[in-house]
Order: sequence, then structure tokens, then C-alpha cells
Amino acid sequence: MNVAVIKYNAGNVQSVLYALERLGANASLTDDWETIKNADRVIFPGQGEASTAMSYLKARKLDQLIQELKQPFLGICLGLQLLCDHSEENDTPCLGIFPVQVKKFPPYDKVPHIGWNNLENLKSPLLEGLDETAYAYYVHSFYAEIHPDYTIATAHYMLDFSALLHRDNYYAMQAHPEKSSTAGEKILTNFLNI
Amino acid sequence: MLTKRIIPCLDIKDGRTVKGVNFLELRDAGDPVELGRIYAQEGADELVFLDITATVEKRKTLVELVTKIAKTINIPFTVGGGISTVDDVKALLNAGADKISINSSAVKNPSIVNEMAREFGSQCIVVAIDTKDVDGVDLVHTHGGRRPTTLVTQRWAQEVCDRGAGEILLTSMDHDGVKSGFANGITSELSSMLSIPIIASGGAGTMAHFKDVFTVGKADAALAASIFHFKEIPIPDLKKYLHGEGVAVRL
Repeated sequence: MNVAVIKYNAGNVQSVLYALERLGANASLTDDWETIKNADRVIFPGQGEASTAMSYLKARKLDQLIQELKQPFLGICLGLQLLCDHSEENDTPCLGIFPVQVKKFPPYDKVPHIGWNNLENLKSPLLEGLDETAYAYYVHSFYAEIHPDYTIATAHYMLDFSALLHRDNYYAMQAHPEKSSTAGEKILTNFLNI
Repeated sequence: MLTKRIIPCLDIKDGRTVKGVNFLELRDAGDPVELGRIYAQEGADELVFLDITATVEKRKTLVELVTKIAKTINIPFTVGGGISTVDDVKALLNAGADKISINSSAVKNPSIVNEMAREFGSQCIVVAIDTKDVDGVDLVHTHGGRRPTTLVTQRWAQEVCDRGAGEILLTSMDHDGVKSGFANGITSELSSMLSIPIIASGGAGTMAHFKDVFTVGKADAALAASIFHFKEIPIPDLKKYLHGEGVAVRL
């Protein structure tokens, strides 16, 4: 199984590669169009700031490529947010795979939302074998709103938000599966087995 | 629901885990990668690796160790100890560390917090603060708690938060190694005052101490070393106890 991890200016992608290696996948970090197009799976990781990331993707036309891909695709953290319509983070138009808005958490509690939070309202083969006792590790200040059709799990911190989204071949997760212990490994394994 | 985090801390010297009582007497407690893997399996929520090696070879060996840890461990980890430049941070994050922690270097050059946060994002910049009560005033100490500064802990904590720190790791030097409970007073004060998470450290001796630091101390996470290394408190037992006491934890 060849997995292309999209290379852009996102932090801590090494952990994603290591997690995939632990699961036996052949993962490579790349921004090469052909390699990404021909991969069995594509992972779009992320940590960083939305507008800088979008500019970087556009400069390399990776935005167009991402919109055209047909194989199972997984956005992680900022990767999820960039797959939405628009992010409040520096008023950034994003890739529009999910017709969902990304907003900043209100200041009622500590921001960023850092730590382990459980998945709720799970509904997807991607989450097979997991239930509401499954926890995932989050680090984020912005969240994706809930979509009636595309949200496949929610999480709660001050408000309910999309923990995972799914539309066609595109999947996305706000938490970090590569850092979410056995629950994260389960999700990555399910993704590789789709 | 967001849960309270339990964080074992592994002090590293020359690639091995050590933990001293009041930072003075060092004892060997094993291989950091192996110990980290066991903690992750047992349900630790994060790990902190604090490198106390003082040799010139330090940076290279630390990056190698971080690579090994990142390859093996499936939970987040923070690396600290002698980090003072943006390049140090870049090397450690690229090797697979999730966060780095800085202490003395931030006191010496506070704008480094802004620089690191701007370059890598606040989420991966932890500022460690060692505090000690000096005649009724909480003062920041550096160099493993040996050197007092004139900084008042509460003001310094606010300042690093404003400069872009993502979390504060607060160690009470009055409590560290004594096992008589965390410094709940100042932990609660900082947690209520600041908009970023507080990791409490120093003083864990019993399971009740953890409950107290989460409830009375309002800590977001609690860090301890020797009680975990020497299996005085197994992490699964601690989490079961906290759950039973109504503290939200990941089981």
C-alpha cells in the first residue's frame, strides 16, 4: 500500500509517516503531482496557519490537484480545515470539498483546545470498531461546524463541532490520529482498508 | 468531554532516564524509549522528556533520541532542556517532537517566546516555570531551581502567555521531590488567570494529590516522575481512581 503524504509547510508531518510505517504502509512525503496522483491513499496532514498554507498550496497548484483526486484521501487537523469552504483564520478561502465554515473557538474557555476528547455521534465505516468511549488527541484553536450530511463524528468543547467529515473519497479528522494511541491507529487502519 | 491529562516526565542524561530527589541525587530508571512506550501502553496521555545532559554533543544525541521516540510512541510528547534557539526547536520538531519546552532561555531572552510561537505556532511552545516561595512572594527560579530571579511568578506567567506560549509547565520547587502534594494555590491562581492550559508539576505522592491538583488546583494536566518510574502509583490505577472521584480522564 503506497501512501502519499502531501508535503507543504505544515508542522510535525514526521509523526504521520512514522504512524503509517508502524501500520506497515509504505509512506512517503511528497509534493510531486504524479506520485500523489498514483498513490493508493493520500494523506493531507497539517499544523500551522490557514492562509500561509493555502498560499503555499496555490503556488504549487496543489490546491487543484487535491480537488481532482479520486483515491481515499484523509485530511488531518489543519488538513481538515483547509478542505472546508472558508476559515475565519485570517479570513481564508479554502478548498471547498466540504460546504462547511471553520470558526474560531469563543473565549469562554482556554484556547487552543489541547488534549484528549471523546468522539460522539459516530457514523462511518472509517470509525468501525470505535464507540463514544474512544478518545482522540486535539490541538486546535479553530473548529469546523457540523454538517447534517458530511459530519461523521462530533466532539464537544464549549460547543459541538465536526470531529470527522466524509464526502465521497474525502475524509477528514480534526484530532491527530497519529498521536491518538490505539484509537488513532484503528482509524488509520480503517482508512488504509477502505 | 476534554479530559485531564496525566504526564510522566522522564529526565534524560546521556540517553538514559534519571530522576533526582529535589533535583540533586540522580537515580537510573531505565531506557527512555522503552519506558515511554510502556507509559503510552499504560494510558499516559502525554510524555515529557527533559534532557539534563550538559555536554557539547547534547544536541545531536537529543535529536537522535527524539527520532527513536517518535518512531515508537503513539501519543504526544514534549522535549525540553537547554533549548534556546529557533534552530534547536526546528531540529527537534522535524525529528518528530510535538512540543518543546523552554525555561531559563525564556527568562534570559523573553522575546524568544514570540519568535518561536510565530515560527512554529503557540501549540508547540511550552514555557516551563520553576517557582519558589521567597518570603511570601512566588519568585521564578532558573537552572533547575537553583538560581532565583527577581521575576514574580504570576507576572512572568502572564507575560509568556501574552508572548505566545501555548502551555505553562509550572513546577513548585517547594514541593518537588517531597511527595506532599502539588502546589494547588499558585496552580489554581495561574489556571484561573490565564487563557492557556497549566501543567502542574512537583509534589505528587498519592493518588489523592492528583485529584486535588485537578479540582482544587484547577490544573489541566499533572506531571510526575519518580512515583511512576518506581511504580509507586501505576497509571491505570490512578486513572481508575480519578474516574471514580468524578475527574474526567481518558480510560
